[in-house]
Amino acid sequence: MSSQALSQNNERFEVNLGPQHPATHGVLRVKLLMDGEYIVDAEPVLGYIHRMHELMGENRTWAQFLPNMGRLDYLSALSYNLGYVELVEKMAGIEVPERAEYIRVITTEMNRISSHLLWFGAFVLDLGGFTPLLYAFTDREEILDLLESVTGARLTYCYYRFGGCYNDVEDEFLSGCLAFIKRLRARMPMYHNLVTKNVILRQRLERVGPVSAEMCRKYGATGPVLRGSGVNYDVRKNEPYSIYPELDFDVPVYHEGDSMARYMVRMDEIEQCMRIIEQAIAKIPSGPVMAEKVPKMIKPEPGDYYHAVEAARGTFSIRAVSDGKNQAYRMKLRSPTFSNLSLFQEASKGMLLADALALMGSLDLVIPEIDR
Amino acid sequence: MDLGINVIEMLLYLVAIIGFAAINAAYLVWVERKGAGHIQRRTGPKEVGPYGLLQPLADGAKLMSKQLIIPAGVDKPLFMVAPLLAMVPAVMIFVTIPFSENLVARDINIGLLVIFAFASVNVLSLLMGGWASRNKYAVISAARAVSQNVAYEIPLLVMTITIVLVSGSLNLREIVFSQAGAFWHWNWLPTNGNFLGPITFIMFFICYLAETNRAPFDLGEAESELIAGFHTEYGSMGFGLFFMGEYANIVIGSALIVILFLGGWYSPFPEVVPFLGSAGVWWFLLKMYLLIWLVVLIRWTFPRVTLWSLLNLSWKILIPFSLFNLLASAGLVKFLG
Amino acid sequence: MAGYFTNILSGTKSLLVGLSITQKEFFKKPVTLQYPWESLEMTPRYRGHIQLIKDPETGSHKCISCGMCQRGCPSNCITIHSEKQEGVKGKVLVKYELDFTKCSLCGQCIENCKPSAIEFSKEYNLASTRKEDFHYDLLKRLKEQK
Repeated sequence: MSSQALSQNNERFEVNLGPQHPATHGVLRVKLLMDGEYIVDAEPVLGYIHRMHELMGENRTWAQFLPNMGRLDYLSALSYNLGYVELVEKMAGIEVPERAEYIRVITTEMNRISSHLLWFGAFVLDLGGFTPLLYAFTDREEILDLLESVTGARLTYCYYRFGGCYNDVEDEFLSGCLAFIKRLRARMPMYHNLVTKNVILRQRLERVGPVSAEMCRKYGATGPVLRGSGVNYDVRKNEPYSIYPELDFDVPVYHEGDSMARYMVRMDEIEQCMRIIEQAIAKIPSGPVMAEKVPKMIKPEPGDYYHAVEAARGTFSIRAVSDGKNQAYRMKLRSPTFSNLSLFQEASKGMLLADALALMGSLDLVIPEIDR
Repeated sequence: MDLGINVIEMLLYLVAIIGFAAINAAYLVWVERKGAGHIQRRTGPKEVGPYGLLQPLADGAKLMSKQLIIPAGVDKPLFMVAPLLAMVPAVMIFVTIPFSENLVARDINIGLLVIFAFASVNVLSLLMGGWASRNKYAVISAARAVSQNVAYEIPLLVMTITIVLVSGSLNLREIVFSQAGAFWHWNWLPTNGNFLGPITFIMFFICYLAETNRAPFDLGEAESELIAGFHTEYGSMGFGLFFMGEYANIVIGSALIVILFLGGWYSPFPEVVPFLGSAGVWWFLLKMYLLIWLVVLIRWTFPRVTLWSLLNLSWKILIPFSLFNLLASAGLVKFLG
Repeated sequence: MAGYFTNILSGTKSLLVGLSITQKEFFKKPVTLQYPWESLEMTPRYRGHIQLIKDPETGSHKCISCGMCQRGCPSNCITIHSEKQEGVKGKVLVKYELDFTKCSLCGQCIENCKPSAIEFSKEYNLASTRKEDFHYDLLKRLKEQK
């Protein structure tokens, strides 16, 4: 024991939350300075699962870097696929067939639902309720089965290609999606009755872990965290990409800024995703899913390129600098949860341990994405 | 001669009670796992024996054959005693519980007092285990467990006094006798002279959940916050004893509620189901296991409360209600009884 | 004061609703699959490790040892050994090494393959305690399939 802890007047002590801890869902370590049950300071320590994805991007050809995208945020891999693929298409000036765009949107939104469902389960698990996790998994399993029938993978998808998609989808997939949406619509009231309306859960989330819009701006928090703080910002609406402008959907915004607001944003987003998928399936045209003229070796014009997409956890953007070679000169991946985690230190000051874990759960952290 | 028979009787009761406590604790784990499985649309244990019925034995054999690891720097005597202290009082309590009119090991006049005296030792074991482990999570957990138990013992005892007032005895058998008859004669309904019967019943149930550290009040072992709480450092049979103590306490809690509120061994509808008799140990066990199932169901349904809302529930809702209830019942007994 | 009581009542009601949901689910059938005893059919697009396609005409593979799969692989898990043989046009494949421990199943090799000589296998029951067990020689594997 350190001399500091032994002195009579100082009853503060340090607790390591992680790198192995049930609540961190991965190898995140948070160094907590505690005064009894209160948190005096919480310092996130990163780097336990750093894999140098950005450097890999600078040492591989544009096509070779594609599978890495599924390994950033393994829960919504397709959003990341989409961001990278669209960036390279922007750089190389590749036109994507319309059918491919629709397939991309449908699969990405399915992936977003599965990510939110997993978050929902894991979050309630953090709060001590075990059963909703398994119910969410039952539904998520259906999505994984559907996506597996198209992409061949269950988690780390690598489905999009420069200029389109790896392969076409069958009508069974589309009807399967609609059947799943029908099923999930029927299940959502159950989730709300079991979890959202539960008085214990409301007590644990309402007015707990307030994050102001100002704090979000300061740390660059995006996604449901930002929308839960009353800022209406969604890349799909504000910097439209793909075919999102043609689809009618709402961006759920809550103004409370507490954990419950973030919870409600995600639950409402599931509903909006279902709306998007239904519209996209109704509108999907026939045609090719791969552009005709895709250069074999992509060598973009020298320059600075940027593209952002709305991933399940916030704005995912890539900045790539090309010097005209078949590799990137500089690759910068901006992952949303890195910024979302950054506000934890300030927001958790003075909180109870249990409340801080509710806040952490509501940020929806995926550790491999933070560390990249 | 008399003494010899007495000793043999004592020993028989002792073996029966320890056996009952151990089997119940072991098979409640099975019930919990199987129940949790089916609640979550899984199957639960199914490989060891038919329907996984031999799983508790396999678990027990595993726990007993594992090495008991004593981490460096722990307070060794306390560390070793704590698990025993969790199990032994639980077994002792079974001595006073009447399962039917005649099936009771020791019919003590102040049975209720004995139960609460032994039950309050439980919190000491959590405190000792948490403190002796020399683990920060365990210390936090021990502190939580103590404040929780202190807060919930007050309404629990106040409500018990209400029942004692109504039935006029501290003897558990007498309390059941005072509820003889069909279910409207029981203490859980206002018809038996207890003014706020149903509310007392529900509050008593909540308090017992909190006293036994069961979900949603399992703050002591909140696994997403404190790893495993006070038994973080325990392995093998040390953990096993804590575990069995917890389940034995659930059995005791349910038995106590059956005695105090649900008419003990009396049938709820003596005329309707004649072949089971109007009283019998099976009625007692049936009610007890139904309550235990409710406890299991609650664990797998609700998220955990925080320490503050737990204490709020006790000090702002349960204690005022139970005090009011006590006054009302006392007045009722005084002026009407 | 009225809020105090309505809060207690509505809270209790929400808890009872939750209990009724889990109790209802308890009586439904489990949705899980007991894996070692039962297993699902793999989808046609399932990605196992790659394998050489058997050409029904020749009974052999179609690989021309161009090395495009090796060059396209992001993780360098493919090594091709080929040699010039008398009387045969082009190079002949002698060994197709796949280090499956590094493979991320992205499919770049399959897309790069001009003669379509490789495909994803449907193997998923892969487990071993030694990493050498995942260093495959696909040519040998193809021959053993015969």
